[in-house]
Amino acid sequence: MVDISTELSGIHLDNPVIPASGTFGYGREYWDLYDLDILGSISIKGTTVEERYGNELPRIAECPDGLINSVGLQNPGMDAVIHEEIPELAKHFHKPLIANVSGFSIPEYVRLAEAMDAVKEVGILEVNVSCPNVHGGGMAFGTSCQNVAEVTREVKKVTSKPVYIKLSPNVTDIASIAKAAEDAGADGLSLINTLLGMRIDIRRRQPVIANKMGGFSGPAIFPVAVRMVYQVAKAVKIPLIGMGGVSSAEDVIEMMMAGASAVQVGAANLVNPFACQQIIEDLPELCRELKIEKLSDVIGVIV
Amino acid sequence: MKDIEFKILENREIARDVFRMVLDGDTSEITAPGQFVNISLPGRYLRRPISICDWSKNKLTLIYKVVGHGTEDMSYMETGEYLRALMPLGNGYDIAAAPENPVVAGGGVGVPPLYALTRKLVEAGKHPYVALGFNSKEDVFYEDEFRALGVPVNVATVDGSYGKKGFVTDLIGDHSYAFSCGPLPMLKAVYSRVQDGQFSFEARMGCGFGACMGCSTRTKDGYKRICKDGPVLSWKEIVW
Repeated sequence: MVDISTELSGIHLDNPVIPASGTFGYGREYWDLYDLDILGSISIKGTTVEERYGNELPRIAECPDGLINSVGLQNPGMDAVIHEEIPELAKHFHKPLIANVSGFSIPEYVRLAEAMDAVKEVGILEVNVSCPNVHGGGMAFGTSCQNVAEVTREVKKVTSKPVYIKLSPNVTDIASIAKAAEDAGADGLSLINTLLGMRIDIRRRQPVIANKMGGFSGPAIFPVAVRMVYQVAKAVKIPLIGMGGVSSAEDVIEMMMAGASAVQVGAANLVNPFACQQIIEDLPELCRELKIEKLSDVIGVIV
Repeated sequence: MKDIEFKILENREIARDVFRMVLDGDTSEITAPGQFVNISLPGRYLRRPISICDWSKNKLTLIYKVVGHGTEDMSYMETGEYLRALMPLGNGYDIAAAPENPVVAGGGVGVPPLYALTRKLVEAGKHPYVALGFNSKEDVFYEDEFRALGVPVNVATVDGSYGKKGFVTDLIGDHSYAFSCGPLPMLKAVYSRVQDGQFSFEARMGCGFGACMGCSTRTKDGYKRICKDGPVLSWKEIVW
């Protein structure tokens, strides 16, 4: 019997597979498709203090082996998420959730953390300091060591839940930002968010996306994500949730070998809504083939 | 929603750059005309949303126009090949909400979903009048198929090379309730000519089933996802 369970900051996960924030909503589009309880956890759609409509259309551009999105954190706001979305999701998913939150100022991050701290279904707080699609927030925090450290410190003061900082890849040295978050008290790190990208319609001489630029994700960014997870794993001691183009059980194990304790699956859900189910089904067989008895043994085996 | 494998029974050009693809596979979950399928194509990351033209037991008809790489790939597919599609997607048209004599107004590649709609309206005992608009004579398709449903049909072309010279709106007359699908300027023009109706919208989609918020649009009833809460919006809720 292969053991595919893993652990994040003392929280047991039946398997390392977690749908990534922004590709799984609050579960509504998926719970009729398969039993959500097969998942390791779920990272909910990025939640802000106030309701947000997000950016103008078009928000999506296809790329070879991926897509660019510029949704702009559309969500119903923290009160609706806590009082409507999470209770509904909890009827279909009975394990600790990952609450992904995004602020536009330190006080907003603090308010979100305080609010999520009181939600019993939330196991981990995933603090998004890296959304490329909103101005004056998100990535502005995630690209400086000082800002990341400050957000981390302030959020840690108001919650007893494990705090994971979601890092941007759009930086010169992701390891130093990771270290700044760890030194400020982060319990773990999630990486990578999307890479800033752009497509141009050469016939119309216009950007494909209304907001011009957006976040590039999908299998095309997987090698970049593996590299960054590896670099960060070498720089910090706290657990990592690896993500970026993960689409198969093979990708999950590769990400774990690079140093991830758990793995999020993002864009793959959008092109195959059954992707996470398929990956979880494939993992035990692949472990047997690779002579892995306990999946968590491979975390960070690459020196 | 299921990810269903279909076998291609037919795939041929029926007007300029417009192809009809007939597929063999499970259509049992389709609930309304105006729904769509999202087709997976080898080598293309995102699926291609294509409206359902018509369906019967184990037979699905799609009509699509070659407008980019994905639809070009589709045009090269041959009888006997297989493809996968997530379906059915979207809300579709609400037949029950239709009055006795609605106008069915379609433009160009917006015409296909109106075929099954018209068939369903006739089956429900209604008397739709069909107005179709195209750019030119070589773009016209399905006029005879609509007529075979036993409904009055009028066609307009922008250049006057076939039917009446002009736009779909020139054919609407004093009808007050429209079912419509077509390019945005056409939808807008039809919208302003009637007092009620149901309009199907296109959007650049990510997932096609409501998860990514890539096609979210403002309506008078709040934000709606074209793929999941649409593609059909009611006249009353549309914000231009």
